[in-house]
Amino acid sequence: MKKLNISKTSRSNFITYGMVIVLAALMMILDGAGVLSSSMRGFLVPMCIYIIMAVSLNLVVGILGELSLGHAGFMCIGAYTSAVFSKCMVDTITFAPLRFTIAILIGAACAAVFGVLIGIPVLRLKGDYLAIVTLAFGEIIKNICNVINLGVDSAGMHISFDKASDLNLAEDGQIIIKGSQGISGTPKDSTFLVGVILVMITLVVILNLINSRTGRAIMSIRDNRIAAQSIGIDVTKYKLMVFTISAAFAGAAGALYAHNYATLTATGDKFNYNASIMILVYVVLGGIGNIRGSIIATIILYILPEKLRFLKDYRMLVYAIVLILVMLYNWSPKMQEYREVLRLKLKAKFGKLNKEESIT
Amino acid sequence: MSENMLEVTNLCISFGGLRAVDGLNMKIRKGQLYGLIGPNGAGKTTVFNMLTGVYKPTSGKIMLDGENITGKPSIAINRAGIARTFQNIRLFKNMSVLDNVKAGLHNHMKYTTIEGILRLPRYFKEEKRATEKAMELLKVFELDGEAQQLAANLPYGKQRKLEIARALATDPKLLLLDEPAAGMNPNETEELMQTIHFVRDSFKMTILLIEHDMKLVSGICEELTVLNFGQELAQGETSAVLNDPKVITAYLGE
Repeated sequence: MKKLNISKTSRSNFITYGMVIVLAALMMILDGAGVLSSSMRGFLVPMCIYIIMAVSLNLVVGILGELSLGHAGFMCIGAYTSAVFSKCMVDTITFAPLRFTIAILIGAACAAVFGVLIGIPVLRLKGDYLAIVTLAFGEIIKNICNVINLGVDSAGMHISFDKASDLNLAEDGQIIIKGSQGISGTPKDSTFLVGVILVMITLVVILNLINSRTGRAIMSIRDNRIAAQSIGIDVTKYKLMVFTISAAFAGAAGALYAHNYATLTATGDKFNYNASIMILVYVVLGGIGNIRGSIIATIILYILPEKLRFLKDYRMLVYAIVLILVMLYNWSPKMQEYREVLRLKLKAKFGKLNKEESIT
Repeated sequence: MSENMLEVTNLCISFGGLRAVDGLNMKIRKGQLYGLIGPNGAGKTTVFNMLTGVYKPTSGKIMLDGENITGKPSIAINRAGIARTFQNIRLFKNMSVLDNVKAGLHNHMKYTTIEGILRLPRYFKEEKRATEKAMELLKVFELDGEAQQLAANLPYGKQRKLEIARALATDPKLLLLDEPAAGMNPNETEELMQTIHFVRDSFKMTILLIEHDMKLVSGICEELTVLNFGQELAQGETSAVLNDPKVITAYLGE
């Protein structure tokens, strides 16, 4: 076998890819067999969206080591820009997969541009200060999307931040974004398959990035900025790069989101700081810097509140308790000790198996 | 090309009203082992921080191998050929020992981020070359056995060695060691002295070190500069400087 040629990290990456593919295939088979309930089927695409969000946020939080609380803001930009594009182009480009691909790329690109714009001033900040600025940024984006009116007619684009009637559209005009009512009539292009493909792209890009020269530079900045500079690593460049890449994936996730529902609005808690913090919870519980953990945590924590519906009023209480328990299980020293003992016991039992593993 | 690796002329820095370093002159020949000593608070680490671009000197000039590097940022200075270690060890603690050294090789790996993401052939070639080079360096410091361990899990003495290995990975002309023997026991210090000698001889390195341990200083430094309250107190060959009554007074008091 060529097992010896594969390093430990790339093996771990392939386990992650395999896990996603197996899970996706399983879901598709179950779906095809008609076993999935309609509510479960409705979860499939959002699950992909939040996995992309969690993995891309983990790049900032876990690998670069900076706290960002505005991740949903980038998703909002991606959602709005891609939805506007799709709505304008729905008659021009009739081939849906092509239109959707371009929409996703536009969503990602616009979010990336904002990633750079927010990245430049924010690079001077660290820790709590950065968290506050990113949080504010997310709220600003959400609120702008909430009041913006956009229409198209033969004269071109019209924008108003007050009322849709202020747009003064010509007869043939079409309102695309209607204030807090958002965008309706976006083509429903998102499918589970597209979601899974996007998740895989995200994973391949981010995991390959982490395990390269660039990834080492990013992690060295996280571990010790001054030492990183002393060995000639350009801190500004790599921080900006991480912000941009992470924002681009959030934008792609936003595009997936926009094309999954008939109407897209920025009201409620889909794009506000609650959403950003929810994604951060996935990242933290899955293990900071642990990409596979982010995926597992997202899947479990996304389904959990829905599965707890039978508890009625106590639902969120139980959810909170579960979060605390997972946190304790992952991080309390006593639990870590216990897990280590458990691991050694298992090792003694399956000694041979592990010996083989440790060679590679 | 001058015969001096480092030439510092009239280097000064003030923090507010405090003149932390005042008119330092220093010439280090190529291949020399040079010591910078002085009582606590004399401004030794401040000199290092100016040499490596952490602080901008208020006035004065720093020439590295004929190139003016005064006031340049850290990254440019590292590329020009100065690498350093830190008084309070600054390793990349959550990365493996091997990755610490490979991070030092960052600017010597010739592939772009895109090539890394797409895993193009150059990625594999360069990574392999870097791993080999890093393992070679680790072998010099007898760290090759711990290559896959996290840097944070290394014992203290080995962390100091890893920091030197990482600095050497950037392929510098001049190596700055900030109190390499701090916190070491006599045996470890002895071993460190041999390592420093070895590094100088096998890498043809010029080394400037700050140290408190007089045994280490007198054992390996060829020339010394003594700083006291930011000013140069004495300069010259090690034995002469250490017997200078002014120096003894500065260290031991009247």
